[in-house]
Amino acid sequence: MDALLSGLDMLARFDVALALLIGSIGGVIIGAIPGVGPPVAIAILLPATFSLDPLVGLVMLLGIYGSSMFGGALPAILINTPGTAVNALTTYDGHPMTERGEALRALGLAYGASFVSGILSIIALILFAPFLAKIAPMFGSREIFLAALLGIVLVILAHRGQTFAAGMLAAFGIFLGTVGLEPVKYTQRYTFGQDWLVGGFDLIVVVLGLFALSQAFQLLSGEDSAPDAQPIKGSMLRAIGEVFRFKRLAAVGSGFGVLMGMIPGVGEFTAQFLSYTYAQKTSKKPEDFGKGSPEGLVASEAANNAVPAAAMIPLLALGIPGEALTAMMLSVFYVHNVTPGPGLFQNQLDFVYALYIAMILLNVIVVVFMCFSSNLLLRIIRIPTRFLGLTILILSFVGVYSLRNSMTDCAIAAGFGLFGLILKRQNLPVVPIILGMVLGGIMEVKLRSAMARVKTPLDFVDRPIAAFIACAIVALIVLHIWGVVRERRAGLKEFEHDHDMHDTQGN
Amino acid sequence: MRRFQTFQDLFKRYRRPGDLVFASLFCLFAIFLLVMLPYETQWVKRTKLFAQPAFWPAVSVGAMALFGVLHLLGALASERIPGRGAEVLAWMKSVEYALWFMAYVAVVPIVGYLAGSILFACVLAWRLGYRSARWLLTAAGFAVVVVVVFKGLLQVKIPAGLVYELLPSGALRTFLMTYL
Repeated sequence: MDALLSGLDMLARFDVALALLIGSIGGVIIGAIPGVGPPVAIAILLPATFSLDPLVGLVMLLGIYGSSMFGGALPAILINTPGTAVNALTTYDGHPMTERGEALRALGLAYGASFVSGILSIIALILFAPFLAKIAPMFGSREIFLAALLGIVLVILAHRGQTFAAGMLAAFGIFLGTVGLEPVKYTQRYTFGQDWLVGGFDLIVVVLGLFALSQAFQLLSGEDSAPDAQPIKGSMLRAIGEVFRFKRLAAVGSGFGVLMGMIPGVGEFTAQFLSYTYAQKTSKKPEDFGKGSPEGLVASEAANNAVPAAAMIPLLALGIPGEALTAMMLSVFYVHNVTPGPGLFQNQLDFVYALYIAMILLNVIVVVFMCFSSNLLLRIIRIPTRFLGLTILILSFVGVYSLRNSMTDCAIAAGFGLFGLILKRQNLPVVPIILGMVLGGIMEVKLRSAMARVKTPLDFVDRPIAAFIACAIVALIVLHIWGVVRERRAGLKEFEHDHDMHDTQGN
Repeated sequence: MRRFQTFQDLFKRYRRPGDLVFASLFCLFAIFLLVMLPYETQWVKRTKLFAQPAFWPAVSVGAMALFGVLHLLGALASERIPGRGAEVLAWMKSVEYALWFMAYVAVVPIVGYLAGSILFACVLAWRLGYRSARWLLTAAGFAVVVVVVFKGLLQVKIPAGLVYELLPSGALRTFLMTYL
């Protein structure tokens, strides 16, 4: 209780409140614009947050992360274009509702479900935090190494149909993290005698290139279009209140979101799928799913908005980010010499609580903002796509150049921007590169320290948590291979599926 | 089209035109890195395998090459998707915007952040076909807002332009150098 009150006290500052307000409302706007998305915004803002207090910087980034899904539901429902990648499933039931004249109801349900699940997930995690504080110290070097390896395996296996590509891109990320002067024996790795490679590849520069610049290049080189939608009429507050008719689905969706969010590399898509399948199986009208079912919409939105809070668990408790956005946030910790990991839950539980309370507040701010701003947001999403590309390019410059005022950094970011553009056009994922870069570095350090106390290979897994994670890794690989074989036997044709499911930015 | 039928479908991604070109280039790059491994990393004496500086580069480059070859084999074995040439051309075309970005990077240290951003926004908007006064003003306005927010308010580190040095010393020059 003391830690909770201390956490509240940490938030009671003007700069934190301002950061929360800017992050929450900024996140909604960014989420609502198809083609920007939270990874682009967080990548651009990262260097600006380095000069801020860690709590202020993190609260602002968390605001963007947590609120973007609210905004992303707007274009998903109204114009059938998900604002963020995780709103893809929202289009399935949200847009058909709009087509039959229920746009206000669909938006209200989406916002309501996001709000309820956001609050439920954070309350669950606040209650769960003391338990985590007890478990986290049981994670030594070998457990953290294995958890990072599990993250890599999961992110590769999560990209079915492109597993080999995800594997090579994750390995490429690990490789990028090794380039330059290594800090133990002071030898150079893959510098090719070039001075500019001695410092290695900065994570922020790579992130800005792969997420922000690639998106700008894609928009600039594509066809110009300006989305349009009809204004919304009626009381949004009343529409949001309708979510309480679907309490069970919102609660179950939040539960799946919390569980899946905690597992690195899996996240929103699995949570949404489980929640959606549950809703369909328990519905009295399962045939309506995909044709404008309010239950489907609630299930999908409840699951995805419960993930951000849960995704902070592996980051804060173990120092292991599960996806690209938390990987970016990790760099904020590093810049301020705060090391997330078991020690943070043991010694700075109030800091953890402060972040969770900030997430509750951001959900309240966002839902109030949404009550009267949907029509305002509709005007913003009408920005033509190529002009949007121009604005991202201008903002990306601040992100890259303000890091070290280095033209080389900008050239590297531009190079990664072109690489990211090719990956997006090829429908290949960018996230494995970033996770490979971050988790590769963690694995190198932890394996080195863990092996100092290991005599035989079995010693590595002689502790219960290490053994459990190692078994989970083996089981996942076996299950994946089994799934592929089973699917092949089922003989579904490639073109019978929705090929563009993941065809959105930042994923 | 059935949208998603199985749990696996939710995670699936499918090939696009140009997949063979990308797979070949990536595979070649991975093999090049693998060949360079003995020359670009060192094997240190009296150090265990897992603590060797070459260990993680070897693991990563090895995995890149292995997965790269498997991905290439997958692309070779799959049905060809028409439009390979057009796709590669699209990659080439996007280089233009990387050059625009680098031009912006080159101009700012000379003319200053504010003037550089306005110039860049207006010229690129013109190039993109937004040639009416309304759009040019919007572009310039956006550039001004970005400069004021990031340099003026958030005080991000962007050095003053060389052109500011030409101004007579005084309050205006200091203001421009600090905030714009």
